Amino acid sequence: MLEGKKVAILGDRDGIPGPAIKECIESTEADEVVFTTTECFV
Amino acid sequence: MDLENQARIKELAEEHGKENLMVILGGAEAEASGLACETVTNGDPTFAGPLAGVQLGLSCYHVLEPEIKSEINDDIYEDQISMMEMVLDVEDIVKETKKYRKMYSDFA
Repeated sequence: MLEGKKVAILGDRDGIPGPAIKECIESTEADEVVFTTTECFV
Repeated sequence: MDLENQARIKELAEEHGKENLMVILGGAEAEASGLACETVTNGDPTFAGPLAGVQLGLSCYHVLEPEIKSEINDDIYEDQISMMEMVLDVEDIVKETKKYRKMYSDFA
Protein backbone atom coordinates (compact mmCIF):
# COMPACT_ATOMS: atom_id res chain seq x y z
CA MET A 1 0.00 0.00 0.00
CA LEU A 2 2.80 2.42 0.86
CA GLU A 3 5.10 1.24 -1.91
CA GLY A 4 6.37 4.13 -4.02
CA LYS A 5 4.25 6.71 -2.18
CA LYS A 6 5.20 10.18 -1.04
CA VAL A 7 4.06 10.49 2.56
CA ALA A 8 2.92 13.52 4.56
CA ILE A 9 2.78 12.94 8.31
CA LEU A 10 0.44 14.79 10.65
CA GLY A 11 1.51 13.68 14.12
CA ASP A 12 -0.05 14.73 17.40
CA ARG A 13 1.75 15.88 20.52
CA ASP A 14 -0.71 13.98 22.72
CA GLY A 15 -0.91 10.99 20.42
CA ILE A 16 1.88 9.81 18.18
CA PRO A 17 4.39 12.56 17.34
CA GLY A 18 5.54 13.20 13.77
CA PRO A 19 9.14 11.97 14.18
CA ALA A 20 7.98 8.61 15.63
CA ILE A 21 5.70 8.06 12.62
CA LYS A 22 8.49 9.16 10.28
CA GLU A 23 10.85 6.54 11.64
CA CYS A 24 8.17 3.89 11.13
CA ILE A 25 7.33 4.96 7.58
CA GLU A 26 11.01 4.98 6.65
CA SER A 27 11.07 1.25 7.43
CA THR A 28 8.40 0.60 4.77
CA GLU A 29 8.44 0.56 0.97
CA ALA A 30 7.25 4.19 0.85
CA ASP A 31 9.28 6.31 -1.58
CA GLU A 32 9.84 9.35 0.61
CA VAL A 33 8.53 11.23 3.64
CA VAL A 34 7.92 14.69 2.15
CA PHE A 35 6.46 16.43 5.22
CA THR A 36 6.39 15.78 8.95
CA THR A 37 4.70 17.86 11.59
CA THR A 38 3.39 17.42 15.12
CA GLU A 39 0.15 19.23 15.76
CA CYS A 40 -1.12 20.34 19.12
CA PHE A 41 -4.89 20.20 19.47
CA VAL A 42 -5.05 21.79 22.92
CA MET B 1 -6.38 21.08 11.33
CA ASP B 2 -3.67 23.72 11.51
CA LEU B 3 -4.04 26.27 8.69
CA GLU B 4 -0.34 26.20 7.74
CA ASN B 5 -0.45 22.43 7.48
CA GLN B 6 -3.50 22.65 5.24
CA ALA B 7 -1.54 24.93 2.91
CA ARG B 8 1.42 22.54 2.92
CA ILE B 9 -0.74 19.49 2.10
CA LYS B 10 -2.36 21.40 -0.75
CA GLU B 11 1.06 22.33 -2.18
CA LEU B 12 2.36 18.76 -1.83
CA ALA B 13 -0.70 17.34 -3.61
CA GLU B 14 -0.08 19.75 -6.49
CA GLU B 15 3.65 19.03 -6.55
CA HIS B 16 3.57 15.22 -6.36
CA GLY B 17 0.08 14.44 -7.69
CA LYS B 18 -2.89 13.40 -5.55
CA GLU B 19 -2.51 9.77 -6.53
CA ASN B 20 1.08 9.65 -5.26
CA LEU B 21 0.60 11.39 -1.93
CA MET B 22 -0.54 9.61 1.20
CA VAL B 23 -1.33 11.27 4.54
CA ILE B 24 -0.56 9.39 7.76
CA LEU B 25 -2.12 10.61 11.00
CA GLY B 26 -1.02 10.23 14.60
CA GLY B 27 -3.99 11.85 16.34
CA ALA B 28 -4.73 10.97 19.97
CA GLU B 29 -8.48 11.15 19.62
CA ALA B 30 -11.03 9.72 17.23
CA GLU B 31 -12.75 13.04 16.58
CA ALA B 32 -9.53 14.94 15.75
CA SER B 33 -8.32 12.09 13.54
CA GLY B 34 -11.61 11.98 11.67
CA LEU B 35 -11.54 15.75 11.23
CA ALA B 36 -8.00 15.66 9.81
CA CYS B 37 -9.00 12.84 7.45
CA GLU B 38 -12.06 14.78 6.34
CA THR B 39 -9.94 17.88 5.74
CA VAL B 40 -7.46 16.18 3.38
CA THR B 41 -10.19 14.32 1.50
CA ASN B 42 -13.31 16.48 1.35
CA GLY B 43 -11.91 19.88 2.38
CA ASP B 44 -11.85 21.91 5.59
CA PRO B 45 -15.26 21.42 7.25
CA THR B 46 -14.78 24.64 9.27
CA PHE B 47 -14.21 26.62 6.04
CA ALA B 48 -11.36 28.48 7.76
CA GLY B 49 -8.27 27.26 5.94
CA PRO B 50 -6.73 26.87 2.49
CA LEU B 51 -8.50 23.53 2.02
CA ALA B 52 -11.98 25.02 2.43
CA GLY B 53 -13.99 23.76 -0.55
CA VAL B 54 -10.94 21.88 -1.89
CA GLN B 55 -11.68 18.18 -2.31
CA LEU B 56 -8.24 16.60 -2.61
CA GLY B 57 -9.57 13.06 -2.09
CA LEU B 58 -6.19 11.94 -0.77
CA SER B 59 -5.45 8.52 0.62
CA CYS B 60 -5.40 9.02 4.39
CA TYR B 61 -4.74 6.50 7.15
CA HIS B 62 -4.00 6.59 10.87
CA VAL B 63 -0.68 4.96 11.72
CA LEU B 64 -2.53 2.58 14.09
CA GLU B 65 -4.62 1.10 11.26
CA PRO B 66 -3.71 -2.51 10.46
CA GLU B 67 -3.05 -1.71 6.78
CA ILE B 68 -0.21 0.62 7.79
CA LYS B 69 0.99 -1.18 10.89
CA SER B 70 1.53 -4.36 8.89
CA GLU B 71 4.01 -2.62 6.57
CA ILE B 72 6.17 -1.19 9.38
CA ASN B 73 9.20 -3.04 10.72
CA ASP B 74 8.06 -4.81 13.91
CA ASP B 75 10.97 -3.67 16.09
CA ILE B 76 10.61 -0.02 15.05
CA TYR B 77 6.84 -0.15 15.63
CA GLU B 78 7.45 -1.60 19.07
CA ASP B 79 9.96 1.17 19.92
CA GLN B 80 8.03 4.12 18.52
CA ILE B 81 4.32 3.34 18.70
CA SER B 82 3.40 0.41 20.94
CA MET B 83 3.38 2.40 24.20
CA MET B 84 0.84 4.90 22.84
CA GLU B 85 -1.13 2.12 21.18
CA MET B 86 -1.81 0.74 24.66
CA VAL B 87 -3.28 3.99 26.01
CA LEU B 88 -5.21 5.27 23.00
CA ASP B 89 -8.69 4.15 21.98
CA VAL B 90 -7.48 2.41 18.84
CA GLU B 91 -10.87 1.01 17.85
CA ASP B 92 -12.57 4.42 17.89
CA ILE B 93 -9.67 6.18 16.15
CA VAL B 94 -9.58 3.58 13.37
CA LYS B 95 -13.37 3.60 12.97
CA GLU B 96 -13.55 7.38 12.65
CA THR B 97 -10.59 7.73 10.26
CA LYS B 98 -11.91 4.90 8.09
CA LYS B 99 -15.39 6.46 7.99
CA TYR B 100 -14.14 9.65 6.31
CA ARG B 101 -11.69 7.83 4.06
CA LYS B 102 -14.44 5.55 2.75
CA MET B 103 -16.73 8.52 2.19
CA TYR B 104 -14.35 10.95 0.54
CA SER B 105 -11.01 9.46 -0.54
CA ASP B 106 -10.56 8.82 -4.25
CA PHE B 107 -7.75 6.36 -3.50
CA ALA B 108 -9.15 4.35 -0.57
